Amino acid sequence: MAGKKRKVTKSSVSIKDGFGTAFRLGNTTTKLSGIIFGLGNLVHKQMVVGLIFLSVEIAYIYYMITFGIQSIIDFTTLGTRVQEEVFNEAKQIYEYIPGDNSMLCLLYGVITLFITFGFILFLVTSVKSAYNTQRRKELGKPILKFIDYLRSLKHDNLHKSLLFLPIMGVLCFTVIPLVFMILIAFTSFDKDHQPPGNLFEWVGVDNFVNMFSRGSALANTFWPILRWTLLWAVVATITCYILGMLLAILINRKGTRFKGFWRFLFVLSIAMPQFVSLLTMRAIFNTNGPVNALLRTIGLIGITESIPFLTDATFAKITIIFINLWIGVPFTMLTTTGILQNIPKELYEAAKVDGANAFVTFFKITLPYMLFVTTPTLITTFVGNINNFNVIFLLTAGGPEAIDYYYAGKTDLLVTWLYKLTITNKDYNSGAVIGIIVFIILATLSLLTYRHTGSYKDEEALQ
Amino acid sequence: MKKKTAKVFKTRQFITNSLSHISLSILGFIWILPIFFVLLTSFREEGGTYKSYIFPKGYTLNNYKELFSQTGSLIFTKWFQNTLAVAICTCLLSAFFVLCVAYVMSRLRFKMRKKLLNIAMILGMFPGFMAMIAVYYILKGFGLLEVGTLKLVALVMVYSAGSALLFYIAKGFFDTIPKSVDEAAYIDGATKWDVFTKISIPLSKPIIVLTLLTSFMGPWVDYIFAKVILGQDRAYYTVAIGLWSMLEPEFIEYHYTQFYAGCVIISIPIAIVFLFTQRYYVEGVSGAVKG
Repeated sequence: MAGKKRKVTKSSVSIKDGFGTAFRLGNTTTKLSGIIFGLGNLVHKQMVVGLIFLSVEIAYIYYMITFGIQSIIDFTTLGTRVQEEVFNEAKQIYEYIPGDNSMLCLLYGVITLFITFGFILFLVTSVKSAYNTQRRKELGKPILKFIDYLRSLKHDNLHKSLLFLPIMGVLCFTVIPLVFMILIAFTSFDKDHQPPGNLFEWVGVDNFVNMFSRGSALANTFWPILRWTLLWAVVATITCYILGMLLAILINRKGTRFKGFWRFLFVLSIAMPQFVSLLTMRAIFNTNGPVNALLRTIGLIGITESIPFLTDATFAKITIIFINLWIGVPFTMLTTTGILQNIPKELYEAAKVDGANAFVTFFKITLPYMLFVTTPTLITTFVGNINNFNVIFLLTAGGPEAIDYYYAGKTDLLVTWLYKLTITNKDYNSGAVIGIIVFIILATLSLLTYRHTGSYKDEEALQ
Repeated sequence: MKKKTAKVFKTRQFITNSLSHISLSILGFIWILPIFFVLLTSFREEGGTYKSYIFPKGYTLNNYKELFSQTGSLIFTKWFQNTLAVAICTCLLSAFFVLCVAYVMSRLRFKMRKKLLNIAMILGMFPGFMAMIAVYYILKGFGLLEVGTLKLVALVMVYSAGSALLFYIAKGFFDTIPKSVDEAAYIDGATKWDVFTKISIPLSKPIIVLTLLTSFMGPWVDYIFAKVILGQDRAYYTVAIGLWSMLEPEFIEYHYTQFYAGCVIISIPIAIVFLFTQRYYVEGVSGAVKG
């Protein structure tokens, strides 16, 4: 009993009651802690904790008065003053009067929103902390000192101390930028509205309408690219999967000798950094590259002719899929070897007795078994292929150029088009729309699969 | 009669074996060919780009020497140092982040856990560089893109912050350490921090090594983020963008063979690391890190 009691005192640094309970059951001081942060702590002589809360509140109010409120106003309008060019008679030059920078308005607005969100978290914590102290007083327990809070960071609140830095990093470099880009999809931030010279504004869902409406330049590019992206992802995934598995079977069959050597030979190609192998492939299949040189030497094509491996739309698509085989097959070989060896031998023996040949065995036993086990991996690969920036960007950079496309080539995927739109052409709004569409495609796929995998359903299965 | 069937069976087996060896050899040849091409071109004596023949007319080590002689626009040593510095800082920071997040998500139970796991999964589904342009402006806002050295610091921050989301493999590893070990320590009065530093971390050496190695490799092969953040200043390029720039139209005539020499130099360590870590890699991909 004594031990249990001691544990209660020790562990109730973080109270289990939520904000609602704390606010409802708290006395006036506790309730006031939601307005004057740390009041509950200060009244009970928890000076350090109370002062920390109070100073956060003061800092936030100072920030809002000097900067924050204006940035929220700018966030709703995205700036009103356009940069002006005024002729300075005295100096005989044009001078620029800086206007509002819509991009910065949007960015600062997002940051202020996040800071406000953090402030609300502090408000909740302040009330909870005040309520915690109030309860302790009522129950006649010793009031926690600052050192107790610090200690709790090593035990009860260890997750807070360990997650603080990573979450801040992800917040700064992933979450805020993403929110920013998602918002841009609803503005007119394209190459004609570039800050600081021009303003851009909120346009609602116009960009999405544009992307899907029949006949617009964007729609004329979007649908063919979406079709090629899906076709590419399906073909690339299936060919690598089947051929990689066949290779694994070939290497692991009983009669094959030097298994380790063969495996090493194929793994070598994925050990090479991907951009090296892809740039090499680009050189090999160049109009004047070694493959064409070889074909000329053996006389298959004329001395001045060349096969447009990467410069003709259809050829390029086929070449890309073959080069992707070179990269992907060893990878599948590596990942499926272990699973292949787990297929029960009896199945094969039974098939042999029934007189099934290798072909039938593969399609009736191996493939169904593998599909059953590796479906999640297969979907991950599929998702990876939809987002396969490297292969396309390094091999063809989306080329050959297509005149009827909006800044895209015939082999561009959605992601490489997104890259071109944002980095090269500064059409940030259309780029953001594509990013959101890719997200929706991937999220749907992943939801369908992750929900069905055992590891998602039962994390403790390994214990 | 029986002997004859056995003989037929044996011949048939011989034929299938030979066939499979022959096809393996042909495939192996195709797979190894590009690697040979890289090696051959890196030793090629004649400069310039594409030749009408496959085998070089002469062999030389000059391409490698020129790579390190720092002439004109080709400052490979500087790029190498940049990348090495970025890689070392990134791998230490990333490993720290990944371990913290993986441990918390695997061993500790708190209110927001499931929500954070779902958020991490959702964040992973956005195309990575969709947010890049905003990252660029945020870094600019921090004043990190003014000086070249600070750009490299910015690169380290971006790489390691991104790595915090890649905790799944390490989490899978922590999941396999029996909980009873922790509980025994708690009974002895240890705090969770003690368990983390004195029990879990020493037990997870393999996963630490793997995290260190994979995040060390990242900066050597990434060029999308590096290109956007580092901009035009060649002195602060990393190896990947440096090599990439050697194939740009204005340099390709001069640096084509050196490009391959550079590829060989950075491929060797990366290949060695990959060959050593492929087991974990495979397990991570097929989601089967079991103790």
